[in-house]
Amino acid sequence: MALGLEATLGDTVITTKLDECVNWGRQYSLWPFIFGTACCAIEFMSAAASQHDISRFGAEVVRFSPRQADLLLVCGTISYKQAPILKRIYEQMPDPKWVVAMGACASSGGIYDNYCTVQGIDTIIPVDVFISGCPPRPEAVLDALIAIQDQIKGESVLQDRHKDFKGILD
Amino acid sequence: MNATALEKIQAAFPEATCKVVLDSVVIDVQPENLENTLSRLKNEADFNCGLMVDVTAVDYLDYPQAQDARFYVIYTLRNWEENILVQVRTPVTDPETGIPSATHLWGAALFGEREVYDQYGIHFQNHPDLRRILNHWQFEGHPLRKDYPIDKGQVCLDSDPLENEIRARLAKKGVGEETMQDINTQVMFLNLGPSHPATHGAIRILTALDGETILANVNEIGYLHRGFEKTAEARTYNQIVPLTDRLNYCSSMMNNIAYAKAVESWLGVEITERAQFMRVVLSEFYRVLDHLVCLAAALVDMGGLTNYWYLYNEKEAAYDLISRLTGARLTSSFTRIGGMYRDFYDGWEKDLELQLRGIEKGIGDAIKLVDTNRIVHDRTQGVCVVSAETALSYGLTGPVLRASGVPFDLRKDAPYYNYESFDFEVPVGSNGDIYDRFMIRFYEMTESIKIIRQAMKHIPGGPVNVKDSQVSLPPKHQVYDNIEGLANHFKLVFEGVKAPPGEWYDSYEAANGELGFHFVSDGSGTPYKLKVRPPCFYTMGGFHKMVEGNMIADAVINLSCINIIGGELDR
Repeated sequence: MALGLEATLGDTVITTKLDECVNWGRQYSLWPFIFGTACCAIEFMSAAASQHDISRFGAEVVRFSPRQADLLLVCGTISYKQAPILKRIYEQMPDPKWVVAMGACASSGGIYDNYCTVQGIDTIIPVDVFISGCPPRPEAVLDALIAIQDQIKGESVLQDRHKDFKGILD
Repeated sequence: MNATALEKIQAAFPEATCKVVLDSVVIDVQPENLENTLSRLKNEADFNCGLMVDVTAVDYLDYPQAQDARFYVIYTLRNWEENILVQVRTPVTDPETGIPSATHLWGAALFGEREVYDQYGIHFQNHPDLRRILNHWQFEGHPLRKDYPIDKGQVCLDSDPLENEIRARLAKKGVGEETMQDINTQVMFLNLGPSHPATHGAIRILTALDGETILANVNEIGYLHRGFEKTAEARTYNQIVPLTDRLNYCSSMMNNIAYAKAVESWLGVEITERAQFMRVVLSEFYRVLDHLVCLAAALVDMGGLTNYWYLYNEKEAAYDLISRLTGARLTSSFTRIGGMYRDFYDGWEKDLELQLRGIEKGIGDAIKLVDTNRIVHDRTQGVCVVSAETALSYGLTGPVLRASGVPFDLRKDAPYYNYESFDFEVPVGSNGDIYDRFMIRFYEMTESIKIIRQAMKHIPGGPVNVKDSQVSLPPKHQVYDNIEGLANHFKLVFEGVKAPPGEWYDSYEAANGELGFHFVSDGSGTPYKLKVRPPCFYTMGGFHKMVEGNMIADAVINLSCINIIGGELDR
């Protein structure tokens, strides 16, 4: 006996747009790759732990292989030494992919305006959402996640994202 | 430190000039006497400086008083048993020729001298592996030289392959090309990191494996080098406090306190009794938090996720307490030169006690899962052993050194802030294996909680900042109501607290070991040079000594039990 959705719908046919259907799936099953380098990574740990619980937003399947992830969370300072690695990780992620720059350092270099710190990761890879704060609170991570979900809702599966991006390492 | 140490050293080295600066004896030697001086300090029973604390250099290019040479290299050594701290300074006339290396005396010089070479471009003769450490391999110039512009970034296009280094290390371990080609013992190279779940941040571990056993190991650090030292040269002493938060971000307040203590000791400022007690309470609380994160993450690496929730939830709850006090969860910036940002709020004592009980429960729950757990024992006991001698030579301090059976703890051996009057034990390991490093952290948390309770019981009332218009900001009503107060405030904020000209080193027992600050002041409100002696940096320098001969899976948990924090490691 059917108990769930199928009980109500029976053999009804539903028509929808491909975008709606695919985006709906993508929105609530983002698999994040944590590129954690510094203090912000500790705050991401808090966002993932029980109190803030990132799984409420369907993004708890943290992957450590870029090939299995579609959301790159850059948590922490990126130095020039680190930059080629970040770029390679980004390139290894399959499309479609989204990038969040968490915290002041990743967004703009933060307080480290000096010879070794990249002044914002958007000079290396395209970024979709920036989170302010040094470090941001875990709630801000969740807020960024919701912003990404909203962004996904409005996208078309037929369009390539950030096709023409050119950074300092390209 | 006492006068006898100075007399003893001066008598032994009549040709050198010796003086006492704060707690250390500073010896000025010429480069030709350097090697002899260092080896006597290490090997003679009178001095017995087995622990190399730090190596650094100073560039006197812009210094107001003329010096004999542009560069000076400074070795900081310690005899931990008798609490003798020695600094050996030597002028470097030609950085290209450099000075003889101390790598044959202390393993710590391997990393320490590489950093001096990278940052100042000073060559060390006979250093086996002199190459850049914090900056990338395509970097040109030496950033801590005074004529290097702070904002001159240099793009790195590719990572260093490290192939020559690992082959050199293999050759040193007696694995030649022939063995590597032999089908039965074919060597496999395995690279972990810099972006890898096991590396807790950004460290690169390159291993040469025979099966699963590590034959040789080479590590690359510097991925989180954020130019702390160069940035600090352009900030006033109080403006540097927020930068210190981001050294070891798991125990930010301990860095704040260590830093403020180092500046105050040179200024000769005695902070108020209440501020001293506050610093004890807060630094012990942060020691607990630091160990909680380390253990939580380490046990996850071993496959015990349950412990993570028990331990990390308490850390999360503690963040709420900390943000009630400081306004921030992670980056506290709670000290000022001459005291604290503010006093405890009303009801802090009750909140703290509640939190301590929560932490005790968390520790209790976690330790029940670990204490008699056969899997934990088998994975950690007798694994990645490091002897006391090696640990000292590589400059290991803190829980990792104590796990190897060396009971060195600055809180006991060179007490500050009335630590001598608190009743607490320093847990010491017996084998120097991963198990000891784990358990020491568990026991240290219990001891720290004991100290916090004693300190909260005896904490006196009174102000938290010294009443010295040259150091502390005046009360707000004076700033708003009279011109002297306003001018005082203005000058302190813009010009900073002025430190008399000179050079000094001060250290502090942080969660990971000896956290030291080496300053050079030219008399202005900003330090001429500020070098951090991070405990992690030297622990990482001894990493290959711990893991070679063990399995690759052991290297992963070894990395987590020595608690490498990127911010402090690379600065």
